[in-house]
Amino acid sequence: MADLKCTIAGIETINPFWLASAPPTDKYINVVRAFEAGWGGVVWKTLAVDPPVINTSSRYGAHKDGNQGILGINNIELISDRPLETNLEEIRRVRKEWPDRVIIGSMMAVIEEDVWKDLAKKIAASGVHGMELNFGCPHGMCERGMGSAIGQVPEMVEQVTRWVKEAIDIPVFVKLTPNITNILWSAEAAQRGGADAVSLINTINSIITVDLDKMAPTPTVDGKGTHGGYCGSAVKPIALNMVAEISRNPETKDLPISAIGGIETWRDAAEFLALGADALQVCTAAMLYGHRIVDDMKTGLSDWMDAQGYTSIDAFKGMAVPNVVDWNELNMNFDTKAFIDPESCIECGRCHIACEDTAHQAIVFDVAEDGKRSFTVDNDECVGCNLCQIVCPVPDCIEMRDVPTDKPYMTWPEHPLNPIKAAT
Amino acid sequence: MGHRPVTSKGCGHASPAEINANFADLHEPFSGLQAKAEASRCLYCYDAPCIQACPTSIDIPGFIHEITTGNNSGAAKTILSQNIMGGTCARACPTEVLCEQACVLNASDEQPVEIGLLQRHAVDHLMAKNEAHPFKRAESSGKTIAVVGAGPSGLSCAHRAAMLGHDVVVYEAKPKSGGLNEYGLAAYKMVDDFARREVDFLLGIGGIEIRHEQRLGDTLTLDTLKADHDAVFLGIGLGQTNGLRIEGEDMGGVLDAVDFIEALRQSNDKSKLCVGEDVIVIGAGNTAIDAAVQSKRLGADNVTLVYRRGEAQMSATEFEVDLARTNGVNIRLWSAPVEITGRGAVEAMKFEKMTLDGDKLVGTGKHYELPADMVLKAIGQKMDTGPVNGFTIDGNKLTIGDNFETSVAGVFAGGDCIKSGEDLTVQAVEDGKQAAHAIDTYLGGEG
Repeated sequence: MADLKCTIAGIETINPFWLASAPPTDKYINVVRAFEAGWGGVVWKTLAVDPPVINTSSRYGAHKDGNQGILGINNIELISDRPLETNLEEIRRVRKEWPDRVIIGSMMAVIEEDVWKDLAKKIAASGVHGMELNFGCPHGMCERGMGSAIGQVPEMVEQVTRWVKEAIDIPVFVKLTPNITNILWSAEAAQRGGADAVSLINTINSIITVDLDKMAPTPTVDGKGTHGGYCGSAVKPIALNMVAEISRNPETKDLPISAIGGIETWRDAAEFLALGADALQVCTAAMLYGHRIVDDMKTGLSDWMDAQGYTSIDAFKGMAVPNVVDWNELNMNFDTKAFIDPESCIECGRCHIACEDTAHQAIVFDVAEDGKRSFTVDNDECVGCNLCQIVCPVPDCIEMRDVPTDKPYMTWPEHPLNPIKAAT
Repeated sequence: MGHRPVTSKGCGHASPAEINANFADLHEPFSGLQAKAEASRCLYCYDAPCIQACPTSIDIPGFIHEITTGNNSGAAKTILSQNIMGGTCARACPTEVLCEQACVLNASDEQPVEIGLLQRHAVDHLMAKNEAHPFKRAESSGKTIAVVGAGPSGLSCAHRAAMLGHDVVVYEAKPKSGGLNEYGLAAYKMVDDFARREVDFLLGIGGIEIRHEQRLGDTLTLDTLKADHDAVFLGIGLGQTNGLRIEGEDMGGVLDAVDFIEALRQSNDKSKLCVGEDVIVIGAGNTAIDAAVQSKRLGADNVTLVYRRGEAQMSATEFEVDLARTNGVNIRLWSAPVEITGRGAVEAMKFEKMTLDGDKLVGTGKHYELPADMVLKAIGQKMDTGPVNGFTIDGNKLTIGDNFETSVAGVFAGGDCIKSGEDLTVQAVEDGKQAAHAIDTYLGGEG
């Protein structure tokens, strides 16, 4: 069994799987149940100065596939709606009862130095291992000048991070909002402010569905709805990209990353780690299936690491980062073609119609006299777009085969047909 | 012979509770959740083999996709636009040899998509909504068409002809419409009054009048029909049954299986129906299976299906043969009926063991006897050629041209009385639909 122990911002954790600051980490009982289930740490639900916020009834909405599978959910729930001291007392209790697990405090406030510093000190005094600054919440709190209202302004990110760093001596995580044009601006701002790590992504602004009977967005609160924070499996690709951008940016490449965004399986976890994440946070998957889903994440990741010969997370962390490049660095001389295995083909025709209607008319459909249908790739027409392989329902039936070439690696800037190159 | 079979052993072998359980839906309808889950298994094939395997060419991946999106009414319209009796076909089609056999999932060692049950889910949904009929009639052509027989082919023809703008009068020999849907399908495949409801639904198109108890060659003549209408469609089915032509066939307790099934379908209280204790069913088709399984479910102690050839030659589908076996029906093969014995009513039946001499079926000279107080004959049906005297007939089927026209000008035919495909409801529906288009062309329409 590969060791899943790892370290982020100097904090050791028995495994990289933490629950993100969200409803699953709202109170003592949820967190204890998570630790009993095997989670390595939690980021407590975000705290602010009293009086606590009041949450609405009707808080979550879902984006589903045709078979009730949940692609993503969104929520309009705010931060902890319980008194600060109640939360801190519970944090102290869990810290004492679960000494080998990580608890990170999470906080937000309006942009006033004293408020940030006082609150940070109070929470730090409860014994948390680190502090996460919630600059990401995209609904409700931002209308009060908190959450993403700060996270969307790099100067504010830098300023607040600096205040908190001045106030407390535990590691500070800055939680970044994806509702921006360029994640690097806020990541670099956090780094300038002294952040020990960044956590990303927070949820994405969204209207998840429209209730066509009520003619209102869901979740619907007395006939009205508002935009909420989108999360879950569907946001993973967006999170992967933002994590990779920070990992491969020279300014931020050494900034530890606590990756968040649609992690549901061990494979998702491995992908984020391969793109440079140091540890991981999960929320939606636990909300949908319960804390038990961490079992697969741990055993799956460990088994995969064993199979690959990785004895620790550090052994493969960031290994995919050098292969994330700008489009201009791709090899224009690379060629790959689809190959359809006639033995495993079940003759559904999905590849043919996808290619015929929307791609390159490169899959020839024949019906033999005995009625047997065959689908064959016309290599002259195939551009290697992968669409047929994507739509094929049979695992491994369509293989993309690289075409051997003696042509050199040639990028678009080097390409003779590039008009800019031609001009020079 | 009346509709109530009378046997030497009396009636009411099964309690009302047993009867209710025994004659409930053979395949329970899907719940909404089941339908969505099953629909999601469909791969949405292009130019799908299941469409080609359906005699009515229903866009199966299309309607299943509509179910996945919650568009059940759209799914039903997709089905009904090709097959107005999609409700019956969903229940009665031998899908295991049609669409579901062609499902590409079979090739990956998975169970095929349960197309029949999904089709039922969609059509039942639409019919339960009781909304306006989903299809519109074209502008009136001013023509009228006579349809003889209110079975699947006749009603399908009537519906499509009405859609194309013609007025239709359907002449039906029996007191009810629906043909075999009403009288002939096994009770556990067509529970409650679905056959009647489907006819009512179909008539919702308008422009169709049904006149019952009008029998061709009896109260109706072809000359009158031709004189009163611009075209005639014959969907007269197979009105007669084959006999065993052995000693004792006229004894009490020896019945045609179709009469037995009809009595069952028309009964309001099956617990009062009569069935023997020792029932022998002669035949190897789906009608024989229907008769055997229903006998067992009515409470017969022993039901034996006897066929003169082997299992491979049985025309019943593998699913049906399995159904018989799992219902406790004994199947005895390579046995030819020799004689029915008894004193007025059947008491036993003699068989000769058969074998193949090359391709030829021959008796072995070995005989055996089975006790029986009821014998159901299901050795095939045939067209009553009396009413179609003068038509060209080949192999007991009306000869038709490519356009479903018989040898008599202006008279078209479809369903079991022609040779188009298997004698199946779905084929009859397709015949009727295609014949309606052919008639439309004949009447100067665009087909």
